[in-house]
Amino acid sequence: MSDSADIKGPVVFTRHGVARGIRTALPLVIGTFPFGLVAGVISDQKGLSWLETLLMSALVFAGSSQLLALELWAEPAPILAAIIAAIVVNSRMAPMGAALAPWLDKLRGLPLWGSLAFMVDHAFALSAAEQRRGGRDAGYLLGIGVTLWCFWNISVSVGHVLGSAVRLPPGHPLYFAAIATFVAILVPLWRGVRRDFWPWLLAGVLAVLAWKAGLGPPWPLLIGAFAGAGLGAWLELRRE
Amino acid sequence: MTLRPDVLLAIIGMAVATYLCRAGGYALFRALRPPRYVEVILQHLPGPIFMAYAMPALAAHGWKGWVAAVAVVAVQYFSRNLAAAILVGVGAMAGLGAFEAWFLAR
Repeated sequence: MSDSADIKGPVVFTRHGVARGIRTALPLVIGTFPFGLVAGVISDQKGLSWLETLLMSALVFAGSSQLLALELWAEPAPILAAIIAAIVVNSRMAPMGAALAPWLDKLRGLPLWGSLAFMVDHAFALSAAEQRRGGRDAGYLLGIGVTLWCFWNISVSVGHVLGSAVRLPPGHPLYFAAIATFVAILVPLWRGVRRDFWPWLLAGVLAVLAWKAGLGPPWPLLIGAFAGAGLGAWLELRRE
Repeated sequence: MTLRPDVLLAIIGMAVATYLCRAGGYALFRALRPPRYVEVILQHLPGPIFMAYAMPALAAHGWKGWVAAVAVVAVQYFSRNLAAAILVGVGAMAGLGAFEAWFLAR
């Protein structure tokens, strides 16, 4: 049985769903805030003004690609390198939108293309879990995305203004909050040993091997994710 | 309050590229209606994508990362509370780091 068949009744997009997304997203800020501070501090060190920093956060809204672009930053701005950094790091989000098709197919216009504009990893994962539980209010995705966007802009701005005063030393336990967020999100995504054990194991092992082999982002992520999802699909289709 | 044209151009270029990544995958899906096996692969993607994200990051943290991750999963499983799980993970990392420092200094 495919997951799209789990959705009963029509998919809706309501203020109530957006509000539920906002409430769900608030704890995630513990994980994103330290990274926003880091992005702001580095942006300041690379010579970007506060306005330029805020514009980048608000328009790009993808932390790891912003950090990679800032690593490469020079005077004048490396336009092509920054664009390539964005494509390389953010290509992982292309299949995420497609995976939310059971909701997105029922939307059109601004709710559809606007929700996608605010989609980030956390919003995708929690929406996929919600969709599997039979949730059918697609406003949830936008609520999570917009909340993370607001706090992302705040944290990057604060990092830029306060500079090194708020810079946590490398290895500070607070940096673990981002990883802990994704580990915790795995729990609601788990659908049982029969469906998920081998695909998840393969994804994790291949990603670690690719990382140990020295491959940079996004390769360990993409190799692990598609190998695991491919195995899961193969096992499911074979059972039918 | 400076806004230089080259910086603005780089930011707009990044923003457009990122939006195409965010929306482009679904736009292709909506337009092309790929075969069913592609759809099944995509429905299996969420778990593996976050495993592939988290496992190398945990490996980089060594044994402390794995222990803290077990604590995060346990708290999330029993409490269904993301904030609690994240804070326990950070607390576990801090505690294990202090333990390691004490153990090595003995």
